[in-house]
Amino acid sequence: MMPELGKYAGAVLSSYAVSLVLLAVLVLLSLMRARKVKAELDQIENRSKSNG
Amino acid sequence: MIALLIRDLRLAVRAGGGFGLGLSFFLIVTVLVPFGVGPETGLLAKIAPGILWIGALLSCLLSLDRIFALDFEDGSLDLLATAPVPLEGAVLVKAIAHWLTSALPLVVAAPLLGILLSLPAEGFLWVFVSLLLGTPALSVIGTFGAALTVGIKRGGLLLSLLVLPLYVPTLIFGAEVARRGAEGLAVETPLMLLAGISLGALAFLPFAAAAVLRMNLR
Amino acid sequence: MSIWEYANPVKFLRLTDKLLPPLAILSIVTLIIGLVWGFFFTPDDFRQGSTVKIIYLHVPAALMAINAWLMMLVASLVWIVRRHHVSALAARAAGPVGAVMTIIALATGAIWGQPMWGTWWAWDPRLTSFLILFLFYLGYIALWEAIEDSDTAADLTSILCLVGSVFAVLSRYAVNFWNQGLHQGASVMRAGAIAGDTEERVSNVFAIPLFVSMAGFFLLFLTLVLLRTRTEIRSRRIKALLAKERAA
Repeated sequence: MMPELGKYAGAVLSSYAVSLVLLAVLVLLSLMRARKVKAELDQIENRSKSNG
Repeated sequence: MIALLIRDLRLAVRAGGGFGLGLSFFLIVTVLVPFGVGPETGLLAKIAPGILWIGALLSCLLSLDRIFALDFEDGSLDLLATAPVPLEGAVLVKAIAHWLTSALPLVVAAPLLGILLSLPAEGFLWVFVSLLLGTPALSVIGTFGAALTVGIKRGGLLLSLLVLPLYVPTLIFGAEVARRGAEGLAVETPLMLLAGISLGALAFLPFAAAAVLRMNLR
Repeated sequence: MSIWEYANPVKFLRLTDKLLPPLAILSIVTLIIGLVWGFFFTPDDFRQGSTVKIIYLHVPAALMAINAWLMMLVASLVWIVRRHHVSALAARAAGPVGAVMTIIALATGAIWGQPMWGTWWAWDPRLTSFLILFLFYLGYIALWEAIEDSDTAADLTSILCLVGSVFAVLSRYAVNFWNQGLHQGASVMRAGAIAGDTEERVSNVFAIPLFVSMAGFFLLFLTLVLLRTRTEIRSRRIKALLAKERAA
């Protein structure tokens, strides 16, 4: 399954690893912040609705 | 506008920091370089034009946040914004005042500091000329940066982060003129490009800076 | 019905609510196809060996790093001219994404350069320009973070984006000039030419998966920007509601 990468295996694998990790971090942070902000907004909107 | 220029100059002289602080910083940076890279004359001569340019650029940066900060605090900036003089003109005057008080002393001092770095004889003229032509761009770009960060408390670090990338083209062409001059090569092309950047920045950035100031004062 | 309809935050939220899940799935699928194809099913280049596989990350990331800035520029212009909040917030949302793309392009470039050019970093015009682009991203993001009032922040950052774009282009030319001035066709330039060669003469075996991963990166960028714009819209609404509560 694994392709023969020869003597450059380290370079290829590490660049894939670095990029995928960076993308994953970016996606995760975006998702987490989206969720947090949405929850916060829902809470505030509910509060203002119940108040008045 | 001339009254404004005179007022700014007088304030800078009275505060005393304008001339002294930037110049001392420039001197210290230049003195520190040989400690960092070693006292070898050949090496120093080779890097002298670049060091002088970077030193001048950093010293210029030091005084940028003072361009608008005091006027913003005591409210005279609001007065300027509503004054009959267009704000663009006032911004240009501020930039010129900064150049006269902070940059011009550096330009004059740079060849003297060149002696410390064993700058080759041909280099003195071109270091002086390139700084003379390039520092107006540094002042105007810096004024734009100062206008961006005027409302921000402790904006000094942010100001550097915003302004330094904008300094890249000026630094490249300016240092190139100085380097080529020091090595006795032809300097016309980078010299013209450097002058072009200075003139372009002088022509357009006051408008951007004034727009930004209005946003900040709103 | 025009595109400006979606400048209304509520409509934008409603539309992207429906659009986002399929877009997210599509982008992940495209990205996986492109990268898996590139990684497992392409031959090695006869000169560069297996390092040519890095191209499926490096080129799309570099492309998006520049396109993200262009998108920010357009969104900033729209904000200045028509004052649509969604536009300003979309520009803000794109900033960090573009910055990460720039890091990926720089990092993969460094890892690629090590075996090919024998150095992690060289002050080659292209590399240097990307580093400067990264600095511009940092300044832009920092300015957004520093300003409390969101309308002022939008105004200031859009002007910074405009001025920054002009200076980024100037830097690109300046850097070209500077490097030629210093090196006059030394090893760095030759190495750059080799890299340029393979990019320009990629045969179909390499080109098709490359296009697929470019599409994947683009879709991922779009998804992230939409997602982050939604977050910014909500965060702005939170601020507004809190301010109203305090006033009441």
